[in-house]
Amino acid sequence: MSDEQTNLLTRQQIAARAAQDMEDGWLVNLGIGMPTMIPAFIPKGRDVMFHSENGLIGMGPPPAEGEADQDLISAGKELVTMVSGGAFVHHADSFAIARGGRLDCAVLGAFEVAANGDLCNWRLPNQTSGSVGGAMDIAAGSKRVFAMMTHTTRDGAAKIVAERTYPLTAGGVVTRIFTNMAVISVTPDGLVLDEVAPGLSADEVQAVTGAPLIMNAVGEIAVAA
Amino acid sequence: MKNKKAKTLEDAVSRIQDGATLLVGGFGQPGVPEVLIDGVCDLKRRDLTIVTNNAGTGHSGIARLFEEGCVGKLVCSFPWAKESFVFKELYDAGKIELEIVPQGTMAERMRAAGAGLGGFYTPTAVGTDLAEGKETKTIDGKDYVLEMPLRGDFALIKAYKVDPRGNLIYRKTGRNFNPIMAMAADHTIVEVEADVAMDELDPEVIVTPGVFVDTYYITGWYEIGKERNAS
Repeated sequence: MSDEQTNLLTRQQIAARAAQDMEDGWLVNLGIGMPTMIPAFIPKGRDVMFHSENGLIGMGPPPAEGEADQDLISAGKELVTMVSGGAFVHHADSFAIARGGRLDCAVLGAFEVAANGDLCNWRLPNQTSGSVGGAMDIAAGSKRVFAMMTHTTRDGAAKIVAERTYPLTAGGVVTRIFTNMAVISVTPDGLVLDEVAPGLSADEVQAVTGAPLIMNAVGEIAVAA
Repeated sequence: MKNKKAKTLEDAVSRIQDGATLLVGGFGQPGVPEVLIDGVCDLKRRDLTIVTNNAGTGHSGIARLFEEGCVGKLVCSFPWAKESFVFKELYDAGKIELEIVPQGTMAERMRAAGAGLGGFYTPTAVGTDLAEGKETKTIDGKDYVLEMPLRGDFALIKAYKVDPRGNLIYRKTGRNFNPIMAMAADHTIVEVEADVAMDELDPEVIVTPGVFVDTYYITGWYEIGKERNAS
């Protein structure tokens, strides 16, 4: 609604940008929420398979009317379909795929990401417990972890920070961050601002980021009309 | 040949006693042995420990076990879903204990129990709250947490087809934890949609061999997640 006026990307636009990074031949795990919008935006001709922690390799889109199967759901418990060449596995094998390094990428939501790649997405600091699900296993095991989130909290506080303040999910695992303002890479030298949303300046992104951004060659996020 | 087929639901579950630890299959609603759970509810057992991924949906299945006061402790990975409101109410009232385990660790702890292993080192949860108090070890430069086997007195699982030996196949994402739990309990009880004659299941595709199955009960197909009273 107001996203256009404020130059923030919509959820679909963040998903579309993250989808550009999904490489041909990858097996990818998608976290609950915004990451599940990515498959619709995978560029044509790229063979990307999706892993769902509940034992599904080759997750497809939601079923057409009348074709739902009550025994075929995603990790987010939505009815889904399966693509050709997929397989069902039990839970120990599903998490062997994660811990054993067979996931090329996991795209996960985050409460907070630190400059060293620490991922915090399972519990709020004021909660005594959270729903960890498969987040710790997948984040610890995936070859790459992409965080996908709004750049700040609703109150405008930075979610990308110098050092984490939230309970840890997995240490030093995030390799790239996709937000409604920017694409940022986590490198040994620090956070690198790769791209900003159209209409935003690098300084505007830095102003709402809690860690210094390296700004050598900042591009603009390509947004479909 | 040992007869593993229970004629009635009560026959299938009546050996479960108060205080038992039950491994209960399912992720979301697929693979949840709802009929067996109804049978346990009807036994009015108390102080059960339930090991299962989710904290129940609506009022049926595991949620019914909670609602009827059968459960003293839940071990799970994902307790706080909006559909798990029955569990939340009991937990907030201090009526039920909770242990949170990362999902892959939960699966592997049961696999270890079934495989006769004394535990394993996992990279999952290193440096987090869920590793507090646990032994850690660096192996080839990478940090790991020691996790212990997780065994049940009973496994309550759901399968698609069974033959007279108790060999099982599953259906789609209804497989989930069920084959792991079948291996990790002293006594495994299966609810299964249909039974088939010997040799009708291709030995190449059997997922759980009958050696892990003690009792099975045929339910026929039913729509999952519907509130219903047990037979």
